[in-house]
Formats: sequence, structure tokens, C-alpha cells
Amino acid sequence: MLRVLKSESFPIRSSEDVVIVRQAVRIQAVSLGFGLVDQTKLVTASSELARNTLDYGGGGSALLEVIQNEQRSGVRVVFEDKGPGIPDIDLALTDGYTSGGGLGLGLSGAKRLSHEFEISSKPGEGTRVSILRWK
Amino acid sequence: MERIPILKMGDYLLITIQVDMHDRLAITLQEDLTDQIVKHRSHGVLIDISALEMVDSFIGRMLGSIASMARLLDAETVVVGMQPAVAITLVELGLSMTGVRTALDVEKGMLVLRAALSKARRNGAPGAEV
Repeated sequence: MLRVLKSESFPIRSSEDVVIVRQAVRIQAVSLGFGLVDQTKLVTASSELARNTLDYGGGGSALLEVIQNEQRSGVRVVFEDKGPGIPDIDLALTDGYTSGGGLGLGLSGAKRLSHEFEISSKPGEGTRVSILRWK
Repeated sequence: MERIPILKMGDYLLITIQVDMHDRLAITLQEDLTDQIVKHRSHGVLIDISALEMVDSFIGRMLGSIASMARLLDAETVVVGMQPAVAITLVELGLSMTGVRTALDVEKGMLVLRAALSKARRNGAPGAEV
């Protein structure tokens, strides 16, 4: 059973919002007792995805959750936008592929930096990316 | 307007990034720095990121473009003070930061710049006059 202990939503409409999201993620990771490397990985993954939400999704939101199952607790961050969506998710997850001017590391990098990663997207409707890092 | 200060130290420019970077701040820094390189005829730029708790691909790319821009203006760039957790994360993220010189701290960064500059002088590279 996965329980949500805490949940907070943040808008992502500007690059300042991206900073706010990653600071909030850091605070939750610290409060759960994440080590420095784990904190940094989660915050960096969140930063990449928040920026994607802003740059490619035209803005959206981040839902930050502290979760717990029988064995352990963790931080989950869900990014949602109502942007153009991703036509080919496998391609978007390829290192170095970018549809914009970026380095093409955002999605693939965030996946590597997380313990669990889920993505769903519908062209014309938007994109939802969820990452989880266990303590 | 919020901006990152650029200090002139002899032949070099020193930038200490202490705030969480966002787009506009990064772009302002690039413009300010290129202006200062030309104004002071600086041949070296030292960027201290020891206060940064996170470097994502955006900040990594910004550091890379600063180094490229500085190189076009005949200045070497050294990034110093990266935290170990940041280095671990950057590698896993997949960002190799090729083309960006690094050193452990400001002192070692100065040595790198000095070595690069004296080599350029020995070779009589243009723009490396004393």
C-alpha cells in the first residue's frame, strides 16, 4: 500500500517557478533524511523536468508528494502540462535527442537520476511525467 | 535588476555564483562577462560554483557557452569548486562538460589560468601580450 503523507502543488509558469520547485523538492528530501547525493540527484531530475514543462509544455504544474509503503519512504514529483505532447516517447527518451534547442538530456537524464519513472503523453493534450526516489 | 557580480583581479575576472540560476540571470551574466572581458582585456575567467548545490543541464550548458564565448574573445575559463555530489549527479545526468576546464578550488584555478597564459605568451599567441 502506497500512502501519500504530504502533498503540495506548484505552478510552473516562469523560470523563477523552476527554482521554487527545486527548492521545495530539496526541503522535502532533506526532511526525509536523504543523503546529499540523493538530494542532489532528485533535485536535478526535478529541475530538468520542471524546465521541460516550461519550455516544451508551455507551463504547467508540479505535484510534490512524500510517500510511504510498508518498507520505505520517498519523494515523488509529478509534472503535468497541457502542451503539444510528445509524439514519440522512445525517441524523446534517447540521449541527445531534442525537439528544441536543448542538449536532449532532460528526460533521459531525469530517468537515470530516479528510482521510478513514468511518462504518458498524448499529442495535442499534454504530458505527464512522474519521478520517484526512495530514501 | 538582479545580477551576478564580476570582479576584476589583475589579469583575470572572477565570478562567484551563489544564487540559484534562472534563465534571465544566466543571459545577463553572459552579456556582462563578454563586455568585461573586452573592457579589461582579460585573458582569464574564473567561475566559482562552490556555492551551487545543483547543476542541471541548463546551468551546465550555460557554463559551456560562457567558456566558448570567452575563448572567442581570447580568454580562458576555469570552473572551480564543484561539489562532489554535483559531479556525481552530472555524470549520471549525462553531461560531460567537455570543453570546460575545471579545478578543485580558486587557488588551483588561478594556477591553471596562469599556466595557460604563460604558455600562450611563450608561443607568442596574438592577444597574449604582457
